[in-house]
Amino acid sequence: MSRKPRTTEPDPYSFGSRPYDLVKEFTVALVAVLALSIALAAVFSSPDKPPVTIASWAKADGADFTATALAELDGSSGTAQYGPPYNNASQGQKLGPVALANLVGVTKPIDTANDFVLRPLAAAQPTLVSQYTNASATQQNTWTGAYSDALDKANGDPAKVTTGDYGPVPAMLGALLSQAQAGSLDGQLLTESGAFYQSDYTLPLLFLADGSYLESLAGHDHLTGDQWGMMNETGNYPGQAWLWLYTFWYQISPYNHSDNGDALVWGTMAVLSLLFVFVPFIPGLRSIPRYIPVYRLIWREHYRESSSGE
Amino acid sequence: MSTREQAEAPSEPAEASGWTAAVRRRAVRELPPEKLLPDTQPKYVASWIYVFGVLTLAAFFVVLGSGAVLAIQGPSWWHASGTGHFFNSLHLWSVELFMAFMVIHLWGKFFMAAWRGRRALTWITGAVAFLGSIGTAFTGYLAQQNLDSQWIAVQSKDALNAVGIGGYFDAMNFGQMLMWHIVLLPAVVGILVVLHILMVRRHGVVPPLPLKSETTQEEQP
Repeated sequence: MSRKPRTTEPDPYSFGSRPYDLVKEFTVALVAVLALSIALAAVFSSPDKPPVTIASWAKADGADFTATALAELDGSSGTAQYGPPYNNASQGQKLGPVALANLVGVTKPIDTANDFVLRPLAAAQPTLVSQYTNASATQQNTWTGAYSDALDKANGDPAKVTTGDYGPVPAMLGALLSQAQAGSLDGQLLTESGAFYQSDYTLPLLFLADGSYLESLAGHDHLTGDQWGMMNETGNYPGQAWLWLYTFWYQISPYNHSDNGDALVWGTMAVLSLLFVFVPFIPGLRSIPRYIPVYRLIWREHYRESSSGE
Repeated sequence: MSTREQAEAPSEPAEASGWTAAVRRRAVRELPPEKLLPDTQPKYVASWIYVFGVLTLAAFFVVLGSGAVLAIQGPSWWHASGTGHFFNSLHLWSVELFMAFMVIHLWGKFFMAAWRGRRALTWITGAVAFLGSIGTAFTGYLAQQNLDSQWIAVQSKDALNAVGIGGYFDAMNFGQMLMWHIVLLPAVVGILVVLHILMVRRHGVVPPLPLKSETTQEEQP
């Protein structure tokens, strides 16, 4: 089998040349872009909405904090039910038949009851914690289930919960709320590993994400998934506009209602990215410039000179 | 010099051996100084679209410079200092310009079918640099230490976890994201940009597409 001959490409300078100062062009471009960036920075500044802390959440919406802490304790929270990489509560998403997350497995184990509630309370409330941990799993579930129902009936307000057999659960959650409002839970969630220096905010962020307070703030700042999500940023700023295609898929079916939506979007973007990178080798795709003749505009002077010279 | 030394010395210097000499010979052969820093250019390079390549490079330098200033006093500085906030704004807007210029440059090169004439690798390095820049900007947003960072972290973790990456590339791990943002990804993008520019200089600017189709394979690399 013979190979197709490669198209010979003419020497760029065979079309004629003209003087050109590369270094001068770059210097002028650098000064111009720097000046434009300074002007934009001076006029528009940049957004910097302060982060939510566990303390500010607990103070602003104690009911949401308490409901979330209860969900962490009884294993019904988003993180508790997440699956890999945090636990084995579910399989994680699938891309076709492949459960990629499950294949990788639990690489960052998180036990929500221990990590978010019991361990932070252990030092200050050892009696309550031991009463809870020494009870059978059935008893624990009875207490948390009854208290969850009672909180629902009281519109989430622990002060309005009717009396009942909730064991140490109300007192534990009340103590945790106090710790959170005082600001100590922020530090405790960061230092649970026992190390002094910290830079990993996985625990406090997961706790915040399991509640509804952070999402309500994000919705107020047009950041939620159905508002083109994380390509936006707080305030009226362009954000990561270059993520438009990635974010676009989350707005349409089947991506926006599939249980495997994230994996599907990643699969789609992986295929599109490969097409983009390897476009020179893809017949048809590489001929689009011929069919949409923008090149006639770009090289119009060359074509004009060529035709007048013929 | 003794008579014997004179006899042993070659009348013309023999081609030096060794890795260093081989690399030098290859570098000079592939990119002689007049090709690396030309003072002429092909006549057909006469459109505003050509400006966006150098504008992208210039914006990249402003991004690196403003990021370097932010690095001097650490990632929290800009929240407490007016000067720091200004440099953060400069960093943000230079990134916005960098990405805008790069997208225009990319579309321009696409419509020129600029991969023709053994320039496929030039396209590929540019395309991967674009994807790498998106990753660099993304980790920058995660390293801001504000509400945006928190929300982007908890949102993106679901996508990263869905494909099994989240356990190793944790958007909620500030230290890891900061390192990727200021060391790993800029190094990758920087190396790709250098390679991309060297390839442009080596192969020259892609010539115009023929107006009359002469072959069915004109757009192939």
